[in-house]
Amino acid sequence: MGGIRTAGDLVARMQLHRKMRLPEAKAYVADKLRVSTRDLSDEVAMRELREELDIGVVTSVPGAARGLEAKARISDLLGVTIPSVERLKRKVGGIG
Amino acid sequence: MAIHVTRMGDGHAVEMTTDEIRADILAGTEDAADRGGIPALSEGERDYLLDLFTYPGKIVGVEPGSEVVLTDDGSVNAMYGAQSSSGVGVPVSREMGIRIYERAFAMDTMEVGHPDYSFKPVRPIIALEQQCMESVLHSTIVPMYYGAMPNLALYANPDGPFGNPADLLPMGKIDEARAAQEEAAAMCTRDMVYVSKRMAAVGADGINFDTTASAGDAEFLATLLAVEEVARTTDLSIEVGMAAEFVLGMHGKVEYDGVRLAGLYPHKQVKLVEKAGAHVFGPVVNTNTRRSTAWNVARAVTFVKACCEAATIPIHANVGIGVGGVPMCETPPTSMVTRASVAMVHIARVDGL
Repeated sequence: MGGIRTAGDLVARMQLHRKMRLPEAKAYVADKLRVSTRDLSDEVAMRELREELDIGVVTSVPGAARGLEAKARISDLLGVTIPSVERLKRKVGGIG
Repeated sequence: MAIHVTRMGDGHAVEMTTDEIRADILAGTEDAADRGGIPALSEGERDYLLDLFTYPGKIVGVEPGSEVVLTDDGSVNAMYGAQSSSGVGVPVSREMGIRIYERAFAMDTMEVGHPDYSFKPVRPIIALEQQCMESVLHSTIVPMYYGAMPNLALYANPDGPFGNPADLLPMGKIDEARAAQEEAAAMCTRDMVYVSKRMAAVGADGINFDTTASAGDAEFLATLLAVEEVARTTDLSIEVGMAAEFVLGMHGKVEYDGVRLAGLYPHKQVKLVEKAGAHVFGPVVNTNTRRSTAWNVARAVTFVKACCEAATIPIHANVGIGVGGVPMCETPPTSMVTRASVAMVHIARVDGL
């Protein structure tokens, strides 16, 4: 689908974590992002939206969420548990 | 009659008339239907394939909005590996390769995998694999699997402690061959569960049991039992990718959930994989190098369509070298890879590739 160039990673997460078939996974992500399912694989539309949502963009933008930072925001946006994000929460629990 | 340049299952170019391609598509789907006891493709679906294989353009694709999710096996072996992994020998580390796949190749998912790519050799170096996974999880965004093959053959002599059924069966030692496979399967399950739990402990998204049942029905059972245990005890997403379209009966008697495993085709394999608790299933249909790619793609999508219709979990069909209708050669022509992929999306209705 285009990975982080589009919304491929987000649709993949719904398949992997919730066993959703493709139409259901696309509809779920489109609803959360408030776009059409066709927009999910539109490189231009998703490039702008990913930066706006700060969930990681394919080009290297200083200050944009990277790696675990982006996944923490994706976990919140999609309402899915991402194991590495949960581990981060456990590691920083009580800090600050 | 128009002449079209297409490919044989071994990758070599071949000239075929429209009628010859049409006949091969019909023969391919009828072969799958006969072997699998499943419906053949309809006339409309065969016409769609004919359009694909007579279209003069080199590369074909699906229309916008019909794209599917990609998962991968073998990790970045294809980047730093040698010929045996179809590797191009680029001197990059696994971490670097995974970042390149995510950011430059725009993969939807990725996986960490050892160059040896089997669970048995990973067990003694699990800490190294965990470190790589931890490092990758910090720096990447796409879902991250750990991938390896059950590879039951590694547990048999001379590589492992148990008898080798390939030696025992020709000597007529049927009971000994079965016993050896059962012992090996138990150790294989143990190793798969061990590695999976260690990956879950460091925060991996999933585990990919790749090339499952390469050594036959006992290996399939070992994997299904590992899937059960991993699904019960971890939050890992579990993908099971097969080695072949047909589960070989090297043992012949092993069952799972009351179903004999030998002889199962993809539409029946997936029901057991679902029952065990997996999240994604990767069916394989082998390529016949002596037939045209049109014949092979028609045959492959017939099997995978039946699998998709039977499934409740996402289906990511294998369309790599020598499977899913793709020619069996080191440099599969993009013309045929894209045709096989489009057919899988539009006819088989796969959830991913």
